[in-house]
Amino acid sequence: MSIWEYANPKKFMETSGWLLPWATILSAAALVVGLVWGFFFTPDDYKQGSTVKIIYIHVPAAMMAINIWVMMLAASLIWLIRRHHVSALAAKAAAPIGVTMTLIALFTGAIWGQPMWGTWWAWDPRLTSFLILFLFYLGYIALWEAIDNPDTAADLTGVLCLVGSVFAVLSRYAVNFWNQGLHQGASLSLDKEENVSDVYYFPLLLCIAGFIGLFLTLVLLRTRTEIRARRLKALEARERMA
Amino acid sequence: MMPDLGKYETTVLSAYGVTILLLVALVGLSLWRARKVRRALAAQEERMARNG
Amino acid sequence: MIALLVRDLKLAIRAGGGFGLGLAFFLIVTVLVPFGVGPEGGTLARIAPGILWVGALLACLLSLDRIFALDYEDGSLDLLATAPIPLEGVVTMKAAAHWLTTGLPLTLAAPVFGVLLNLPEGGFGWLMLSLALGTPALSVIGTFGAALTVGLKRGGLLMSLLVLPLYVPTLIFGAEVSRRGAEGMATETPLMLLAGITAAAVALLPFASAAAIRVNLR
Repeated sequence: MSIWEYANPKKFMETSGWLLPWATILSAAALVVGLVWGFFFTPDDYKQGSTVKIIYIHVPAAMMAINIWVMMLAASLIWLIRRHHVSALAAKAAAPIGVTMTLIALFTGAIWGQPMWGTWWAWDPRLTSFLILFLFYLGYIALWEAIDNPDTAADLTGVLCLVGSVFAVLSRYAVNFWNQGLHQGASLSLDKEENVSDVYYFPLLLCIAGFIGLFLTLVLLRTRTEIRARRLKALEARERMA
Repeated sequence: MMPDLGKYETTVLSAYGVTILLLVALVGLSLWRARKVRRALAAQEERMARNG
Repeated sequence: MIALLVRDLKLAIRAGGGFGLGLAFFLIVTVLVPFGVGPEGGTLARIAPGILWVGALLACLLSLDRIFALDYEDGSLDLLATAPIPLEGVVTMKAAAHWLTTGLPLTLAAPVFGVLLNLPEGGFGWLMLSLALGTPALSVIGTFGAALTVGLKRGGLLMSLLVLPLYVPTLIFGAEVSRRGAEGMATETPLMLLAGITAAAVALLPFASAAAIRVNLR
């Protein structure tokens, strides 16, 4: 019994069917407990006051934004090499989740930055990289939407994801280099410092788990929708030809 | 119940607000599309079964 | 392959081929910037390297959809795909033609536009060098974007959305070389990184572009 069995759409629908309720419950639990714990029961930070509570949403969202793209890369590779349709559809399903996570990271980052650095936006390497990541997600989603034929769309978006990933990594280094050249400005080492203290560590871990769970739940749901949508399209085409 | 957020009240609350808004929108849209497609597929399959 | 290159060059230079369009656009951008930021010499001198790079980049973007569009519409692309030359070679020649008719003229014309933007004395050489090294990457990356969207009716805007994030590393390092050169600072690091990106793009992207063309011709 290998993992490739789940590449079969029917098998995937069966398995995801019973997985979904469990994923929903577990991720909701982790998310609620983590956020409530973090929001209501952790102390303020010496330097940042109550804004430290924002890490419980900012850090998990940022982690997911990147990890979802990595998942899309893996799924695209599996599609391009082994031609498993479920894989291509999973990548398509994951993208809007990734975009939302990137937006959350950007917005919470900006809102957090206002009182901390006195500005809504700074061309700090990390924020800038996330802005570029947002553009990559947007392009990927737009390409899926623009192409009619499902297999063509899957192939082209797969190649785009591949090439995009290489350039995303390149951009990360380029942006780091680019910001070094200017004045240092506000340092953005918020994330790293806070994790040291146990007080914040465990609720943060729970929130990260919750966000991962949320992603898994949503990607299962959305992939099922994509599989159904594809079947619908095929049936409609068959009907038109009959 | 609300902890004393001090001078950063609007900051923290708006950060959480935006996040909850975006997540609710994402989940909501995903559920809405799922339902729409499931119904359309069921209708299509029924129609094709009837027409034989 | 050379025959293909010559043919594309001839097509581009012919009336309606869009040859001068890139240069004209570059000029327009250069003229608009002072209107936007004010004519003060110091300001312009500081932003000139970056503006010139952005202008060149946007001008390159303009002519990208021409790379495959005409051949796709009249069926020549199908013929090229089945010709004895590998599709990767075809794609590279197309990118080369694009560079010769867009990137190269922009590089050569850049000093003139530099004068308009008060580019410092030492900056001219570095500007041209960075453009000379970077614009081939812009052509090759742009060709990839054009290959992805060749089947789409009005894919121009989508292509820009896809291509612009891919341009960021080249832009960052190219502008950095230009800026540092203008200020008399050391330019080895960004220069090598810029050249590295171009070399890698030229060597590897044609495979991705060819794959995209094959998919679109199915």
